[in-house]
Amino acid sequence: MAKVIIPTPLRKFTDNQAAFEANAENVYDAISALADAYPDIHKHLFDDKNQIRSFLRIYLGDEDINVLDKEKTALKAEDTLSIIPAIAGGIN
Amino acid sequence: MAQEIFSKEELSRYSRHLIIPEFNIEGQRKLKAAKVLVVGTGGLGAPLLQYLAAAGVGTIGVLDFDVVEDSNLQRQVLFSTSDIGKSKVQAAKERLEGLNPYINIITHNVLLSSQNALEIVKDYDLVADGTDNFPTRYLVNDACVLLGKPNVYASIYRFDGQVSVFNYTDKDGVVGPNYRDLFPSPPPPGLVPSCAEGGVLGVLPGIIGSLQANEVIKVITGVGEPLVGRLFLFDAMNFETRTVKVYRDENNPVNGKNPTVTELIDYQEFCGFNMKQQDDVKSISVSEFLELQNSDEPYQLIDVREDFEYEISNIEGVHIPLADVEDEVDQIVSDKKVVVHCKAGGRSKKAIQLLEKDYGFTNLYNLTGGIDAYYEEVDAN
Repeated sequence: MAKVIIPTPLRKFTDNQAAFEANAENVYDAISALADAYPDIHKHLFDDKNQIRSFLRIYLGDEDINVLDKEKTALKAEDTLSIIPAIAGGIN
Repeated sequence: MAQEIFSKEELSRYSRHLIIPEFNIEGQRKLKAAKVLVVGTGGLGAPLLQYLAAAGVGTIGVLDFDVVEDSNLQRQVLFSTSDIGKSKVQAAKERLEGLNPYINIITHNVLLSSQNALEIVKDYDLVADGTDNFPTRYLVNDACVLLGKPNVYASIYRFDGQVSVFNYTDKDGVVGPNYRDLFPSPPPPGLVPSCAEGGVLGVLPGIIGSLQANEVIKVITGVGEPLVGRLFLFDAMNFETRTVKVYRDENNPVNGKNPTVTELIDYQEFCGFNMKQQDDVKSISVSEFLELQNSDEPYQLIDVREDFEYEISNIEGVHIPLADVEDEVDQIVSDKKVVVHCKAGGRSKKAIQLLEKDYGFTNLYNLTGGIDAYYEEVDAN
């Protein structure tokens, strides 16, 4: 089972779980499995066309999936995926 | 570069730098000659400015348009209780000059905009971005890329921190990635709350702003490997740290293969904030709302704040946090007046814009000043 690390802004949709174990063959399936497990998170991960939202970056280990096989990047059981959102807060 | 001369007092002050073999007097000279612009004097700016001033950065520009408020003091350790009500840049200048009288502090008491950014940034060697919103993030980035300045970036949200060094030109002239390579487009308004809505652990900007100061000092002095082409991530909740790779993107609109952004643009619009539309939202003042409450006219009250805010206190509105408005749209009536409120009026405005644009509502009124203004007026009466 690959592990998906959930960033804090999205944890309110995952019952505050910081990680999710996905039984998935590739990145898209893993992110979809997360959305299936927690339906409230779906619109934060996918746009109207069911594409992973462009302001989220997905990393396999320390590598950007965009330089691998993008959403079709194959996953092994020991892999860790990170969802990295743009965050802007800091002052107020 | 003119050789920087140090007084006896300065040599004594910086002695712990001077005895580091990799740093020594050369590093200290580079710091003294450097001009750094710090955008934002908030949670990140507080440690950042103090460490840069203490380290002996010769010229520090301090940019902010705000005044010190009591709710800042939980994390903005640059300020004291006696600074409440003062302009942030003035309070910062006084504090930093007290810390180190051998440096030059320049204040910019302005809101950074597409009109003034290039003029301000051009006089500095490096920018440290400690702002709190997406439009300014993209503005700072683009100004740095257009002017060829490194942008030392840090950002926080609740328990998460991010740090990177953008647009850094190495000794071979190779330019590293920038913010737009990492995040080509901003999240639409409402999907990611700001710290004002989401909160932030007070010590987190202290940690992340200190890492940012470390990168600023490394970039200036050339000591060590700056965080270029890498994004550092910190999760304070679980104490997890990760560093992931960031690459140049040939589709980057500012410095990719076919640049389409060759001057600063309207960043509010780019980030989905349509100012004209915001102004067009119908509003209701607190006194008008109090009249409505006491009248026979039917109405619905919607509270779009977060759960924890609602739990602290509420005025019995139907509770639909901003991020859930679309899912809960069925709860909002269309056959009578609907008053929408949040803490101060910003989020309720966004909710109304969304509901008018995508769901055709025409009966929505924004409570001016939000629940804060409501309590203030009720208390006064």
